[in-house]
Amino acid sequence: MSGADVLVWVVLPYVSTAVFAVGLWWRWRYDKFGWTTRSSQVYESRLLRLGSPLFHFGILLVLLGHVGGLLVPESWTNAVGIGEGTYHVVAVGLGSVSGLATVVGLAILIYRRRTVGPVFSATTRNDKAMYVVLGLTILVGVANTLGNVTGGYDYRQSVALWVRGVLSFNVDAALMAGAPLGFQVHAVLACVLFAMWPFTRLVHVFSVPLGYLARPYVVYRSRDQRETLGSRGPRPGWEPTSRHEPREPVRARRTR
Amino acid sequence: MRVMAQMAMVMNLDKCIGCHTCSVTCKQAWTNRSGVEYAWFNNVETRPGQGYPRTYEDQQRWQGGWVRDRRGRLRLRAGGRLRKLATIFSNPVLPTINDYYEPWTYDYETLVEAPLGEHTPVARPKSLISGEDMKISWSANWDDDLGGGPELTSHDPLLAKISADIKLSYEQVFMFYLPRICEHCLNPSCVASCPSGAMYKRSEDGIVLVDQDRCRGWRMCVTGCPYKKVYFNHRTGKAEKCTFCYPRIEVGLPTVCAETCVGRLRYIGVVLYDADRVLEAASVADPTELYRAQRSVLLDPNDPEVAAAAEAGGIPRDWVQAAQRSPVWALISTYQVALPLHPEYRTMPMVWYIPPLSPVVDALRETGHDAEDVDNLFGAVDALRIPAAYLAELFTAGDVGIVDGVLRRLAAMRAYMRGVSLDGTRDESVAARVGMSGSQVEDMYRLLAIAKYEDRYVIPRAHAELGDPGQKAHELEELATGCSLDVEGGPGMGGWGPFGESSGRLAPVAVETFHVLKTRQRPGAEPGPTGGPGDEEPAAPPPGAETGPTGGPGDDQSAAPR
Ligand code: SF4
Ligand code: SF4
Repeated sequence: MSGADVLVWVVLPYVSTAVFAVGLWWRWRYDKFGWTTRSSQVYESRLLRLGSPLFHFGILLVLLGHVGGLLVPESWTNAVGIGEGTYHVVAVGLGSVSGLATVVGLAILIYRRRTVGPVFSATTRNDKAMYVVLGLTILVGVANTLGNVTGGYDYRQSVALWVRGVLSFNVDAALMAGAPLGFQVHAVLACVLFAMWPFTRLVHVFSVPLGYLARPYVVYRSRDQRETLGSRGPRPGWEPTSRHEPREPVRARRTR
Repeated sequence: MRVMAQMAMVMNLDKCIGCHTCSVTCKQAWTNRSGVEYAWFNNVETRPGQGYPRTYEDQQRWQGGWVRDRRGRLRLRAGGRLRKLATIFSNPVLPTINDYYEPWTYDYETLVEAPLGEHTPVARPKSLISGEDMKISWSANWDDDLGGGPELTSHDPLLAKISADIKLSYEQVFMFYLPRICEHCLNPSCVASCPSGAMYKRSEDGIVLVDQDRCRGWRMCVTGCPYKKVYFNHRTGKAEKCTFCYPRIEVGLPTVCAETCVGRLRYIGVVLYDADRVLEAASVADPTELYRAQRSVLLDPNDPEVAAAAEAGGIPRDWVQAAQRSPVWALISTYQVALPLHPEYRTMPMVWYIPPLSPVVDALRETGHDAEDVDNLFGAVDALRIPAAYLAELFTAGDVGIVDGVLRRLAAMRAYMRGVSLDGTRDESVAARVGMSGSQVEDMYRLLAIAKYEDRYVIPRAHAELGDPGQKAHELEELATGCSLDVEGGPGMGGWGPFGESSGRLAPVAVETFHVLKTRQRPGAEPGPTGGPGDEEPAAPPPGAETGPTGGPGDDQSAAPR
């Protein structure tokens, strides 16, 4: 196993995971205001109504597929009586349908982003970079699925083991080093995507508002619970003496 | 009984001259930033007219507010929780920018920089959305003063509701202005629509706000509000709305729109209400009963039982006293001249309106009648069905009787006070015709016509000590008096969040935005979000950077004005 293999299949995934986790925490801590879907629906609704649900529901299915294919060990599916053949048919079937929905949805969204003037001018470089990596990851992934219709390559014996190895800190680079190029590229792109995640609008994934199902319709909140908009903390050194708790230090953000 | 306090407003429409001062001062205070160029937290519409956004009152189309289902329960018209989550990737009934209007600026630069030529240079309109040249074809008050004529006005959803023969007699034109802000509803459908739980009603004063840190831009609130008073900031991707100028209210000052109102027609005060009865009142079957139901939710602050329950419920004594002196309570319940806007949306709006008598008076005068005579006025209120029916569509879900009653009270006041001014006669019989006494009429006159500043605004201060002791009072003091350029990372220090100006921690809302504006108002300020880690072009240093009172650790940028 070469040093390059270790770099790509051991170091990269951990760096990416670390950036992902720390980045999310940091962004949550310091940039709740920037944490948004930044929807462009007010500019254009017709194409979005088509593309957005197609892409989002597609990608949710894709996510489900990844959980099923990568995180669930083959022995478990075997134990409940799902043989390799059945698994493969379901995986390829669901995979191509959801993958196709995702790709078509994404294509509509990208077309819209490029051609609808206001949407395009609301697109930051950050967005563009994210679109490139996300789009490539998805494309390569779909290609892998379609290219493996015959079931020639059993990723559950290699890629899946590698992913679980990464998650359980018992990673074996050789598993990936032997995988077909398509799978390797997909994995590397995914690592890059995860590393970018906290710093792009993709963070909105973590805001699925499931709490809405449980909470009462009308929310009441006291104005004193937190620092509200419009009130600001005193400058360091000027805290009123009556303050009981020590205030958490205000960190200065360095400007460019 | 669970007593809660609510900041409420009354507007006396007879006095509105349609000058838009309120809109402009509000805009300067709150929405003069990119991303909300199209948003007017306060707007003034000419009625009849389409309103802003266009035809927002057509709830068949825009799906705002609540509806009562067959089992007598309230539902969000646009669909409940599951439906909201299912359509979260694209809101099926979101108004687009064009339903408001495409905001623009003018290319003033060419006026000074155009080379010498045969023709005078012109400043072309430029879209603030796309940056391109544009043709201006609509705005927030395009049909001001019935501009555009019947073709435009006939799209008024309310005219469509009152029957066809009324449209035919449209020649008998009447018109008045309707200033609108967020209603700070007791049963806010915007709050109910927010999947993130970012919108909330403040328990102390009932002001409805959007928590900018929690909003994730799902934009369901925009659909949910039947008055279309939540706006989507397309630059930050967050919802914004009228704040009832809470930083001012908290220190006892009236809102900017009220303070600057040229007609001095706005009243602000506290009302007490029974929070346990809101839902029941909003669910009454007959829409024309909603006005009475809404009034019945309000509690009489002079009732000792109510006052006791209020204090037991944690409402400070000075708030109860303010509620007793509240002009809003007086106009709604004592004189019963203020009506809620569109009670049929079932949100229990808390900005009330005194319907205008002027269409009636004007019509009388035009026909050569004595427009101060009580019989003439009453006769005209009865005869002029169109304005009354229209007002009823606005304020009482179509019940003309209630509007008639209010107009008669206003007419009686007019006739009674004529006697007082002309020869000092106090004709009790005129007052008695609307079930009032002469002195009551004079009190009402004092409140409506003299309208002293201290009578219009009875605003108790927020009680900082009730929450975090010692902290708030200090901060509020500073807020009201201090200069605040020195916020960490704020524009005063030249900094924005790491992802451009639409990210990072919040800058306080007062003076800071002023500096953002200054840079934006220069030519060349780009529409659309800036920033992202890839964006390395230096932000234009705001003017405050050189003169800001503190040189913090973040102040190390070289100040190079553009
Ligand atoms: S008027 Fe204001 S409080 Fe009422 S639903 Fe609309 S935004 Fe919410
Ligand atoms: S400032 Fe007053 S008078 Fe002028 S439009 Fe606004 S509400 Fe009407």
